[in-house]
Amino acid sequence: MSRLTHFVSVAMAWILGVIWFFPLIYAIWAAIHPPEFATKFSLFAPLTMQNFIEAWDQAPFLRYMINTIAITMLILAGQLVLCTLAAYALARMEFFGRGVIFALVLMQLMVVPEILIVENYQTLAGLNLIDTYWGVALPYFASAFGIFLLRQTFKTVPEDLENAAKIEGCSLLAIIWKVYVPLAKPTYLAFSLVSISYHWNNFLWPLVVTNTEKSRPLTVGMSIFGAPESGVDWSIISAGTLISVGPLLILFILFQRQFVQSFMQAGIK
Amino acid sequence: MRSSRQIHAWLLLLPALCLLVAFTHYPVIKTIARSFFGFGTRWEGKASLDNYRFLLEDDVLMQVLFNSFLYAAITVPVSIILAIAMALWVNSKMVGRGILRTAYFTPTVLPMISVANIWLFFYSPEIGLLNKLLGLVGHGGINWLGDPSVALYSLMAMTIWKEAGFFMIFYLAALQTIDSNLYHAAAIENASKWTVFKRITFPLLMPTTLFVLVNALLNAFKLVDHLFILTKGGPNNASNLLLYYIFENAFSFFDTAYAAALTVLLLSILVVLALVQFGVIEKRVHYR
Repeated sequence: MSRLTHFVSVAMAWILGVIWFFPLIYAIWAAIHPPEFATKFSLFAPLTMQNFIEAWDQAPFLRYMINTIAITMLILAGQLVLCTLAAYALARMEFFGRGVIFALVLMQLMVVPEILIVENYQTLAGLNLIDTYWGVALPYFASAFGIFLLRQTFKTVPEDLENAAKIEGCSLLAIIWKVYVPLAKPTYLAFSLVSISYHWNNFLWPLVVTNTEKSRPLTVGMSIFGAPESGVDWSIISAGTLISVGPLLILFILFQRQFVQSFMQAGIK
Repeated sequence: MRSSRQIHAWLLLLPALCLLVAFTHYPVIKTIARSFFGFGTRWEGKASLDNYRFLLEDDVLMQVLFNSFLYAAITVPVSIILAIAMALWVNSKMVGRGILRTAYFTPTVLPMISVANIWLFFYSPEIGLLNKLLGLVGHGGINWLGDPSVALYSLMAMTIWKEAGFFMIFYLAALQTIDSNLYHAAAIENASKWTVFKRITFPLLMPTTLFVLVNALLNAFKLVDHLFILTKGGPNNASNLLLYYIFENAFSFFDTAYAAALTVLLLSILVVLALVQFGVIEKRVHYR
């Protein structure tokens, strides 16, 4: 009996695993074979790179990819700087209204910028930032999640280290840079991986705020590319999909352990 | 000295705080204001409840809210149950658990938009993979995205696929903190696997479940990317969800004021969920 349940359990685990992997495997299958094999599975189907070449020609993937990388990096850089400064103030400085400020920060954990697309669009239109990298990035700079995560980490840094640095004559910024930042490296890595994968995949806000391929990221590009009315066939869409997820997927496979641990750490707080 | 430290604190906070206010608090206030003073894309001189009156009379909204709650009521529990199962499998001594972990977690790192294109192909009526499979067993096929009674469930399937692996991670973390002595004790007592799960594992996972539950609920109201590819809310709003409906009103119908009233509704739902979460976190602390 126990062996039977064990067998059933293992079988279910693998069935689920296959289903979960299947869309990606299928996309690879369709992308590397000629279109007539999109729904015909044969071991002898000829391999081809043609789908990738056509996908690459039909949409400005290189441009989209540059945009995505630029936006993701801009957001990450902004977040790291702003969140570090704010997190230090909230973790280690006594000042009037700290509790209120912290509560205001935490509000953003729930009310993410995507929900406020209407007003944020108006704001950015007023700043003349529609269809620019800055327009996509700016609402995400002050990440409540980043501030919270770093504040928790900074609170665990022994105060003696800070006092020693003070005696050495370090300025406030030097203390943050030389004492706190190095000690919080794992948190920075965790936050960076979560942030990169979030913004690489983000869609709704970039869709609203970008108009041309000048600033359009991969996700928005893919939504136009894949639209049925554009008349592109499945093999080419699959190839395009793989091109769009490729860099992130490679990053994920290389750093799988860190990814999983980062998501865990970020989730547990 | 003390006051200079105060000034320094505010200077450190200032950049983050300005952006936070500009893109979170200010738009919230402006949304509320617009829901009372707005008409179409214009501002009116005096406040009115017209947008809210329309909200109550809007049949499409009723459909959308029903969809949103059904969507949450099904995707959240199913994802959580699958996530617990996945975590238990990956945490066991099963052969190939590393591969399984990768398989379960991969959808989490892929963009919803890109994978929706692949799912679109699975679901498509003529050449789609699912209908080809049904054809093998002699079934005529289902219009996965075009049939109003099926479309929303097709979206749910993809959401569960995307989310379960993400929640698995939290359970995996929780499982690793459970004291193994508890399991040794259970083994000595000859407890069955089910008893062990029911009496030890599941109760100890409860704080994680509550945490995941609230986050999953929040996500269920925020995640609409796949609608843009798969159904666009159709057919006839059968698969429309609240955030997508807001987007439509604001950017397709150009009724900014009504979109504002809808946003206030969505914010209220999120606030209620957040209050529950604060209650939950409180409980979580007591629990330990």
